[in-house]
Amino acid sequence: MATLHQRSLARLMVAPSVVLLFLWMIVPLGMTLWFSFQRYNLLMPGMEEFTGLGNYRYFLSDPGFWISLQNTLIMVGGILAITVIGGIAIAILIDQPIFGQGYVRILVIAPFFVMPTVSALVWKNMFMNPVNGLLGQVSRAFGAQPVDWLSQYPLFSIIVIVSWQWLPFATLIFLTSLQSLDSEQVEAAEMDGAGIWARFTNLTLPHMGRAITVVILIETIFLLSVFAEILVTTNGGPGYQTTTLTYLVYTQALLQFDVGGASAGGIIAVILANIVAFFLMRMIGKTLD
Amino acid sequence: MGAITLKNVRKTFGETEVIPGVDLTIEDGEFVVFVGPSGCGKSTLLRLIAGLEDVTSGQILIDGRDVTGEAPARRGLAMVFQSYALYPHMSVRRNIAFPLKMAGMPQAEQEKRVARAAEILNLGPYLDRRPGQLSGGQRQRVAIGRAIVREPSAFLFDEPLSNLDAALRVNMRVEISELHNNLKTTMVYVTHDQVEAMTMADKIVVLRAGRIEQVGSPLDLYHKPVNQFVAGFIGSPNMNFLGGATAARRGAHVIGIRPEDWVISRTEGRVKGKVTVAEHLGSDTYLHITLEDGNHIVARSPGEFPVTVGEELFLTGAEGRIYKFDEQGLAV
Repeated sequence: MATLHQRSLARLMVAPSVVLLFLWMIVPLGMTLWFSFQRYNLLMPGMEEFTGLGNYRYFLSDPGFWISLQNTLIMVGGILAITVIGGIAIAILIDQPIFGQGYVRILVIAPFFVMPTVSALVWKNMFMNPVNGLLGQVSRAFGAQPVDWLSQYPLFSIIVIVSWQWLPFATLIFLTSLQSLDSEQVEAAEMDGAGIWARFTNLTLPHMGRAITVVILIETIFLLSVFAEILVTTNGGPGYQTTTLTYLVYTQALLQFDVGGASAGGIIAVILANIVAFFLMRMIGKTLD
Repeated sequence: MGAITLKNVRKTFGETEVIPGVDLTIEDGEFVVFVGPSGCGKSTLLRLIAGLEDVTSGQILIDGRDVTGEAPARRGLAMVFQSYALYPHMSVRRNIAFPLKMAGMPQAEQEKRVARAAEILNLGPYLDRRPGQLSGGQRQRVAIGRAIVREPSAFLFDEPLSNLDAALRVNMRVEISELHNNLKTTMVYVTHDQVEAMTMADKIVVLRAGRIEQVGSPLDLYHKPVNQFVAGFIGSPNMNFLGGATAARRGAHVIGIRPEDWVISRTEGRVKGKVTVAEHLGSDTYLHITLEDGNHIVARSPGEFPVTVGEELFLTGAEGRIYKFDEQGLAV
């Protein structure tokens, strides 16, 4: 892009796709914004009217709002912690030369290919069910009272299920990062007298900093919108115990038919996601120099 | 405080025998250069001494202590790698202090040693920069700094200058030699560049296919190569080898004449040849000549030698400077 002429030509050429992408984003956002200021309930057609901030007031004062916000943060934070720490550990393990390494790696990555509803149902019926589930059977084998995971520790169970799905992604990214670590640096550290732990904290972890931020960023984007796993396992319950912001918007729109209130919730969720994104970007700015 | 002895050291990678058995003694304070073509096992030998590879059989002694099974860090050696292997996320100061920190040295002592190393290597202004912000030569110096702060009993260099440009390489060569003169610590240096070997070494070890071909001082190797391989490897440009009738006349299978040992004349000489390329360096002139019998040789003439391509010249090997080799390539 050397000359002015080339630059303006280039702008002209990319313009159609930029315009298309912009519309792609702005039309749904604009419609959501519009609906959020309307009294718009599917059970009362033809009664739409402008209500100002009424929908927002109702959504924010909904008894489920604060608890769902809290649930969302706990869920995202918990999954991030498990996948990052577990991902690093598994990546280091499968980076070791072992027999059948290729197969082990495929097995480790496999959960990522299972669709969310299926994996959630597998967990629900085959692991966490107190009667038929594997975990219940194991407790009974030891003579203990089986735990009904989804009603006794519902949010924790959701965190476990979603972590299981996202661990392979984190592991994969961390594995590539591990393999790009210069072996001469490792040897130099070895000569310098650094033990395994010192090499990990002084060399491996800083080297993986970038990969860790990438994993946190990408996972956060997807985890804020976790929905299918909640729908097929707990339906947001018991009570509000596993209702996240996404799930609350869903109940507003499709269980209470309140499109206006759901739109207001959606806008609030967008604002919250942007706040999170802002902090993440600052974090990334520090690691990417 | 840094005598290294190798006793029948062997190294195999699976089926492949890389080093079939090496005996070598490195005296304390010596500057020893391992030199050989790529793949000759010189780096492997260095890594065996460092402890980064396990020996298959044999013994490595440092100051009479058997270190064969010891971890690299406990051998008291420091190594400078080809890629410098600096820690990219640490400042120069922290890079240099890293081995001291790992050894649990008090902060004050660490700072004192880093400051001294920075002074020796002129790294003062760069201590707070990251390796990524330094030039190749500066990075090299940081790597050396990280080695010297530990006050090791010997330094190991693995082709440290091969990533530098030609001018810088000459400078660093001199700097490393000066460092050796100041510290008087044993240094083991691996290179494929025979010029580096000749200029820096007290003792050169010429390796081929994992075997030691010859050990000796640079001039020993230059004047008394034991075989054709060493004769061809040491000296730049390479020695010219002539076989056939020319060699038979002197009762050898092959004779070798160094480029600088030709007497060049326009009027008379033993062999006649045609100049194909002339390289004028100012201080020397290298003449690439195709002889009448088809052999291609290089002759060096000091100073300027005005010549045109295609000109015919007469050449005579200087008497007493002709190397003779038998069928096995051994010097006669």
